[in-house]
Amino acid sequence: MTATDDALLADLRRVLGDRVRADSAERALLRRDASVFEGGSAGPTCLCESTEEVQQVVQIALAHNRAVVPRGAGTGLAGGAIPLGAPVVVSLSRMNRILEVDTEARIAWVEPGVVNLDLTKHLTPLGYHFAPDPSSQQVCTIGGNVGNNSGGPHCLAYGVTNAHILAIEVVLADGEVVTLGGLDAEPAGYDLRGVFVGGEGMLGITTKVAVRITPNPPAVRTLLLSFDTPRDAAATVSAVIAAGIVPAAMEVMDQRITIAVENYVNVGYPKDAGAVLLAEVDGLPDGVEIDAQRISEIGREHGATDVRQAESDEERMLLWKGRKTAFGAVAQIAPNYYLHDTVVPRSKLADTLEEVYRIADEYDLAVVNVFHAGDGNLHPLLLFNGQEPGIYDRVHAAGAKIVEASLAAGGVLSGEHGIGVEKQPYMHLMFTDDDLDHQERLRHAFDPACRSNPGKVIPVGHSCADIQSLRVTPEGVWG
Amino acid sequence: MNEFAERIGSSGPVTVAGGKTRWHLGGDVHPEAREVQAPTGVVSYDPAEMTVKVNAGTTTAELTSVLAESGQRCALPERGGTVGGSLAVGENHVEVLGRGWLTTSVLQVSYISAEGKIVRGGGPTVKNVSGFDLPRLLVGSLGTLGLIGEVILRTNPIPPQSQWFESNDADPFAVTSKVLRPSAVLWNGASTRVLLEGHELDVASSKKSLFDIGSWNEVTGGFDLPKHRWSLTPTELKTCTGTFVASVAVGTVWRDEPQPARALPQSVIDISTRLKANFDPTGRLNPGRRVF
Repeated sequence: MTATDDALLADLRRVLGDRVRADSAERALLRRDASVFEGGSAGPTCLCESTEEVQQVVQIALAHNRAVVPRGAGTGLAGGAIPLGAPVVVSLSRMNRILEVDTEARIAWVEPGVVNLDLTKHLTPLGYHFAPDPSSQQVCTIGGNVGNNSGGPHCLAYGVTNAHILAIEVVLADGEVVTLGGLDAEPAGYDLRGVFVGGEGMLGITTKVAVRITPNPPAVRTLLLSFDTPRDAAATVSAVIAAGIVPAAMEVMDQRITIAVENYVNVGYPKDAGAVLLAEVDGLPDGVEIDAQRISEIGREHGATDVRQAESDEERMLLWKGRKTAFGAVAQIAPNYYLHDTVVPRSKLADTLEEVYRIADEYDLAVVNVFHAGDGNLHPLLLFNGQEPGIYDRVHAAGAKIVEASLAAGGVLSGEHGIGVEKQPYMHLMFTDDDLDHQERLRHAFDPACRSNPGKVIPVGHSCADIQSLRVTPEGVWG
Repeated sequence: MNEFAERIGSSGPVTVAGGKTRWHLGGDVHPEAREVQAPTGVVSYDPAEMTVKVNAGTTTAELTSVLAESGQRCALPERGGTVGGSLAVGENHVEVLGRGWLTTSVLQVSYISAEGKIVRGGGPTVKNVSGFDLPRLLVGSLGTLGLIGEVILRTNPIPPQSQWFESNDADPFAVTSKVLRPSAVLWNGASTRVLLEGHELDVASSKKSLFDIGSWNEVTGGFDLPKHRWSLTPTELKTCTGTFVASVAVGTVWRDEPQPARALPQSVIDISTRLKANFDPTGRLNPGRRVF
């Protein structure tokens, strides 16, 4: 630790006392997030408990010429929270209070460290929920959802996080506190709120959020359709959308992951099916029956070998439990996985899936697919043993091919995980230099000196030169 | 788009005129600004994908009719004018509760920058978090950051049944707690009009719930809307007086007079000033128009 670090630490501790952590164990923990990317390097970690504390920490970091990186639960999958260049890490997990719930106006003010599922649990007795439901919802935080514009199975009908955020209190990189958006219908000025959501912590640090709360639907029907092939399941999904039905969720799992899930939690998934489609419709009872019936018919027209409808809430929860524990179940197949996230037009799902299997074969990797089919949002999991020499090169190369195949199908780089460091090298495949230049101009308007979560999203060569010098590519980071 | 970019060029004040139906918004454009038109026409439309790529100069009426042929609709307001104009002013459909918010319906936007270059933000799919969200920034920016040439919008199926009801004795603020997902609840201080949409049986069942809180008659549509849009919180609507139409649970109010300027905090003004300077360093895009 240098003399500069000592001075920084002393200043931070004057504000936060022992809530500043700088021991090597703590810093090692915060070097990474839930992605496969390693090699970040955390500076002092500040466990902030209020907006004022976040503001003071940012001001101190500024005075010491250090960048800041906000951190929620660290469940991000694109390396967006990995600290690059030993910045001050602003942990928001202790800012976890639900401040106000107004059912009449259908809003709730929450702190960024509130866990996604805790908010919904809090709202359940009132008849409401928070619609975005990422698979990590048991641990991920609202602040992280804002940063990544997170999705989840039920975003098909309800929309991703951006549709559910009304106002955000932010500490900017210069230490200013500002509220973006508002509770009125069309807040004045540029839509800075809309832009901030999905900003991956590069536009400032979220300290308070007004979220829209959604009434629980009176009727829900959940169907499990079995198919011989993932192609049939994907074709069913396209046909349901084409028939003008917008289900609450449509999730597909291929055979390998279905078997793993069934072995893991025993929820009654058919192990002999080539793929299963979990479809859910909600709303008023009559319409829900009509839509469920129609989805069953469309499924059978596209080769469904079995259609099962959950007969009780318990059965419904069980079917969802299987889907939501899919990533945990993967451990039975291989010790490591790399979860990809791309989107293709729904009509291209079946073809792109086959391409994903082909790419995995080409690189001699196992792959399972469990994904938000209704949105065209693919989630191939490349499975491997991290101890195998050279394996990361192969996984990386296969991942790149999947990204390229998705773009070639008219898709995009990421549906809900964000760019972070993971997709940064691919940004030029989707955007021109002029496009990226404008994204950078947007970023600079919020953070002219690029001090908030530097080194992410915008490819190297586009970001601020002064911060790039900080971004010594740490050992082990890919690409 | 290339022709549009050429017409805009890279120097001199310039403005894009759509249908001029909301030309008054944001103040008068500088008289020396050269007026250009955005390209017109639906570029591509795949109903099964529920997205449409459309040129900004296309009238909303044309787009509405193209979508309706395939049983679909979108979040753009149907109050005349063009697609680009509606996006530039960021106006939602009066039935926003049923149609969805305009800003989340814009998937991709291609615009001409102050330097005369074609810039694209967002992506063609219904879900996308690739990079910073330029489409959000362009919606409601009154053409001060870039001139919209082409967009990809999300579309939605037209519900099988749509019915408007009117009541003179029901509490407009009780409707949303009685009826699941009404597509519009409008109130003019004297009466309330509610749009119910969905499957026939659902509409019938919502109608029953509605009739629990007042006496209702079927009507053919909502109220005629005064010219100016005001933005309030849903709670503030309760204090509305005079001549107005209020969108309950949304907060939009239409009045004959414009809403007084709403003061923005200095830090918001600072970010906005930098945005404008970064995107349009010489101030040539729609000079005179003020967003903040």
